Amino acid sequence: MSTALYTTRRIKNVIAMALSMAATAIGLLFLAWILWETLSQGIAGLKPQLFTKITAYREEGGLANAMVGSLILNILGILIATPIGVAAGTWLAEYSMRSKLGPTIRFLNDILLSAPSIVLGLFVYTVVVLPSKWLTNGDVTFSGIAGGIALALIALPVIVRTTDEMLRLVPGTLREAALSLGVPQWKLTMQILVRAARSGIVTGVLLALARISGETAPLLFTAFGNNFMTFNPIDKMPSLPQVIYEYTKDPSPDINVLAWAGAFVLTMFVLALSLIARFAFSRSKVSHD
Amino acid sequence: MHATVSTAVPSAERASEAARNAKDSRDDRLFGWVLKGCALLVLLALVGAAGSTLWLGMDAFHTFGFGFLTSAAWDPSNDQYGALVPIMGTVGTAFIALLFAVPVSFGIALFLTEIAPQWLRGPVSSAIELLAGIPSIIYGMWGLFIFAPFVAEHVKPWLMNNFSADPPDGQVSWIVQHVPWIAKFFASEYPFFGAGVFTAGLVLAVMIIPFISSVMREVFQTVPTRLKESAYALGSSTWEVVWDIVVPYTRTAVIGGIFLGLGRALGETMAVAFVLGNTFKFSWSLLETGSSIASTIANQFGEAQGLQRSALMALAFLLFVVTFIVLLIARLMLRRLATKEGK
Repeated sequence: MSTALYTTRRIKNVIAMALSMAATAIGLLFLAWILWETLSQGIAGLKPQLFTKITAYREEGGLANAMVGSLILNILGILIATPIGVAAGTWLAEYSMRSKLGPTIRFLNDILLSAPSIVLGLFVYTVVVLPSKWLTNGDVTFSGIAGGIALALIALPVIVRTTDEMLRLVPGTLREAALSLGVPQWKLTMQILVRAARSGIVTGVLLALARISGETAPLLFTAFGNNFMTFNPIDKMPSLPQVIYEYTKDPSPDINVLAWAGAFVLTMFVLALSLIARFAFSRSKVSHD
Repeated sequence: MHATVSTAVPSAERASEAARNAKDSRDDRLFGWVLKGCALLVLLALVGAAGSTLWLGMDAFHTFGFGFLTSAAWDPSNDQYGALVPIMGTVGTAFIALLFAVPVSFGIALFLTEIAPQWLRGPVSSAIELLAGIPSIIYGMWGLFIFAPFVAEHVKPWLMNNFSADPPDGQVSWIVQHVPWIAKFFASEYPFFGAGVFTAGLVLAVMIIPFISSVMREVFQTVPTRLKESAYALGSSTWEVVWDIVVPYTRTAVIGGIFLGLGRALGETMAVAFVLGNTFKFSWSLLETGSSIASTIANQFGEAQGLQRSALMALAFLLFVVTFIVLLIARLMLRRLATKEGK
């Protein structure tokens, strides 16, 4: 008599399960599609000159200056963001217990984590690029340093968050043991806690690096781009994502091929970084007590 | 105290110890201030981003007043700027992105927490998270070269045949004849041109799926097993457990995760910069080209001067405030779950 009820419930369940599997298949399909296109189109454009020639030669050139520029910008970004981020994360985990400011900053840091990167780029444009024209007699000066600061703003919340989380995983007995021996708190923090959480913090820095390596929007109005090779951080500086952006907009198919090759290199770099961060360091995370 | 215990300690040593204690406590205080200063930089970054865009955007807000928000004119040659078209583009693409990303993410989270066998969960969730690792510029390229032509060839003609008042196959569908207004959203001058709000929204959807699904998966895992097992013991099916136990238990956090995805979608630049078309004609249609706040800034700021630059800054300020509010709501909703979990 109630078989009808059971049947409808079962049908409902089967439909839901099927839809759920279909949703997962859709997600995986898009992943495979994007990776496949990047791989196949990118490998078609891979040539030795990609790594040896600069963008000034256009179709006959490569992306060497963009890769070098990206490397410099990323290093600058990480060099600025790491000490500040680790310090801020340490303050959140170790010093902010009794203040109301701690939870507020932790909360705002999570918001900064997903704030629109283009607005952060404009912020750096306003406070770094515009004022530097006073130093150079009126020219608006885009520079590698400005680009590095913009990237640092994006890396900062990632590093703050992982440092904060990793330090809170360090057992409290470690702190008590050190303090009872009369170790001052700064020494405890620098020599014991940060060391205990080191692998986790390194993971955070690597994830931050993976994140900023692919950023384009904040570099448009800070590092600006350059068709020549430059190692001078006060000069305008090219970057791989930005060259990909410009080469994708280009109407010439030969230039588009170069954009795909750049996209391939960039994607491989970013994915390798995040894989290393996730797997190489996640194991040691468990056994650092 | 030290002195009373052992009177044998020479006074010089006692003095040096007192000095060391004083030095330690001074260093400690200094160290704390330096750390606090660094933490305050996070605050400064947010306030600075809002403040600097507002400051440089003031000119546009003064010139156009409230009309800046409601005017559809974006005309650099006559120095007339209104934010309506970029706002509509931003909201429209984000809406379409959520429309597709939310059910798919829910399905993925459901699959990963309730359906998939244990050995499959790790690899599948890693693969989905890999999507989040792909740089947004790659999404933009893929959208322009691969996905937009695909939409133009397979999706858009179908949509127009069914929902447009001027379908390519010439037969106005039953839906268009009976549902008022619907044709307005699916009009397009160029049926075989892939770029537009709809395509950009789909690209954004793919981008935010990993964010939403990973939040959903995490919060689904916080549901106490005994709740679910009780429901199973009463004879519930998997779907009934999910819909009647898991979803009500995690509702706030699920909405928080959706808002997190929305915040991402609103602020995304590169994924939509190519496929949106960058036109400034007002249209209700999802299949027409348009522009978003972020893509307008990316495309025009480089050459902009004077009032145009100020108008772009004003746009950036609007975008920042809106995403800030959306992310604030998201984090508040997610935080409530974190405290519940702690109890």
